[in-house]
Amino acid sequence: MPKTETYTFSFIALIFILIICFLVNISLGSVSIPIQAVFKSFLGTLDHESWPYIIQDYRLPKALTAILVGSGLGISGLLMQTLFRNPLAGPFVLGISSGASLGVALVILGSGIFGGVFATLLISKWAIVIAASLGSFLVLLAVLVVSSRVRDTMAILIIGLMFGSITAAVVSVLSYFSSAEQLQQYIFWGFGSLGNLAWSELLIFSIIYCLGIFLSIISIKGLNTLLLGENYAKSLGLNIKQSRFIIIIATSLLAGTITAFAGPIAFIGLAIPHITRQVFNTSNHKILLPAVFLFGAIIMLICDSIAQLPTSDYFLPINATTSLIGAPIVIWLLVRKRKMIF
Amino acid sequence: MEEKNQHIILKTKNLSIGYKSKKAGTVIASNINIELKKGELIGLVGANGIGKSTLLRTLTNVQNGLSGEILINNQLLSDYTSEELAKTMSLVLTEPIASKNLSVFELVALGRHPYTNWVGNLSSKDIEKVNQALNLTNIDLLKNKKCFELSDGQLQKVLIARALAQDTDLIILDEPTTHLDMYHKAYILKLLQKLVKETNKTILFSSHEIDLAIQLCDKMIVMNENEVVTDSPCNLISNGTFEKLFPKDLIVFDNKSGSFRVKK
Repeated sequence: MPKTETYTFSFIALIFILIICFLVNISLGSVSIPIQAVFKSFLGTLDHESWPYIIQDYRLPKALTAILVGSGLGISGLLMQTLFRNPLAGPFVLGISSGASLGVALVILGSGIFGGVFATLLISKWAIVIAASLGSFLVLLAVLVVSSRVRDTMAILIIGLMFGSITAAVVSVLSYFSSAEQLQQYIFWGFGSLGNLAWSELLIFSIIYCLGIFLSIISIKGLNTLLLGENYAKSLGLNIKQSRFIIIIATSLLAGTITAFAGPIAFIGLAIPHITRQVFNTSNHKILLPAVFLFGAIIMLICDSIAQLPTSDYFLPINATTSLIGAPIVIWLLVRKRKMIF
Repeated sequence: MEEKNQHIILKTKNLSIGYKSKKAGTVIASNINIELKKGELIGLVGANGIGKSTLLRTLTNVQNGLSGEILINNQLLSDYTSEELAKTMSLVLTEPIASKNLSVFELVALGRHPYTNWVGNLSSKDIEKVNQALNLTNIDLLKNKKCFELSDGQLQKVLIARALAQDTDLIILDEPTTHLDMYHKAYILKLLQKLVKETNKTILFSSHEIDLAIQLCDKMIVMNENEVVTDSPCNLISNGTFEKLFPKDLIVFDNKSGSFRVKK
């Protein structure tokens, strides 16, 4: 498309902002580390008793997780909005995240009901990850099966919300029968956390993430064609069933693993594509996809920096921070422009 | 018919259309024999609910016919892969496009989908074809506008340009003149006639503008209660086919002017 060049400046600016946010995110925290020291630690020449340890084992993986989480959720939101041709769509609205919550609830809370040795087997980090991925995939599949029968996109959204209610109900039934300890564990998972990943976990996370991104990239052409509507897309020779399947697998890989590793993070998936469209006034996914990646990563890094309440020992749950900071931004953007571009 | 026009693009043999359900099939029209040749403008007319859309949906492989054959370029429609079909037949539908935030150029360029690479990059040939389509439909100046900024008439031209960019032998339009005022109805149909002459494509459209179609089409397909008749507009008038089109209580067909008049 001829317009690609005009966005070059925006992309360079965004990459620059991303790098700054990344460095600032690493330097901020309960202990403030100067940016020069962060640079030195990357080069391996930092001479300090605790800073290299803090940066390498805690802050660097956390900042990388923030980038993966923000960009991944943003992209899965973009895919859903185009697939369902609805600006309200996102991983949360369609019940992907509640599916993940159900999976995790079954593992954490359900283990008490099954009891015994089984319980200790179940509550490992990996069990939670697998349960969350499986839960999100199943819910999305259910939404898809139903959506192939109903033509109306609004109906699909309502069905997604219904799945959300069902999972919420199952979770509350489970929590009624659980011990306070298990409940606490589940609630802490629900707050979301970017900082709990060791390098080995981050590796697995990024492998699945890359797979999801890869599937999103090969869907770009199909997504652009879907902008015309399904019947036009079909008349252009697009294999709708196959493209739809790939898009949904990509979304569930991204949203599912993110929810598995970082908890259900609200708002980002729905809002990032809208924030991006305010700056990049295009529907072309070749431009939107990388732009959503950058915006998602930047906003997640900013939210995380704020959530850890720099120089204090307290930190806010990341799940609350994203909505607290992000929702007013989206409202402000929409009120200012008086128009939602979609 | 002249010799050069003898190449048949679309042909149906004893085609029956309708809906299959588990209990019984509903036949909407049967014994349809159509022959569309290269470089013809064909209008499909008929009363509401007579099955125009069903016929178009069947011809475009959206739904299956009940019996009979559809041949496109002498090959069975059912034997086409979706990609081959996309290079042979392009559509302009009545449904609105999903994203109005596309620019005119982007929308027309999406017509190149069957020819572009995996990520949809346009080659110089693709861009040439898109510009050609914009040129043929007189919308060069709208190129960088967004679709939500366009009037219904302009949008219809853009959608026709998209179909042209798809570079197919056959273009099928489903009611391209709905929502348009009298001038733009005539404009769009006149444009189709011009495109047929300049590009030698075959264009089939359904419409309720019977009087305009009579004036502009090379051939018309008239769907009546009992039969589907294909002929030139002149022959259709002299055979009295249009008189059977609607119930006779309100309007009558006037042979002299080739249009319907309200009964006094």
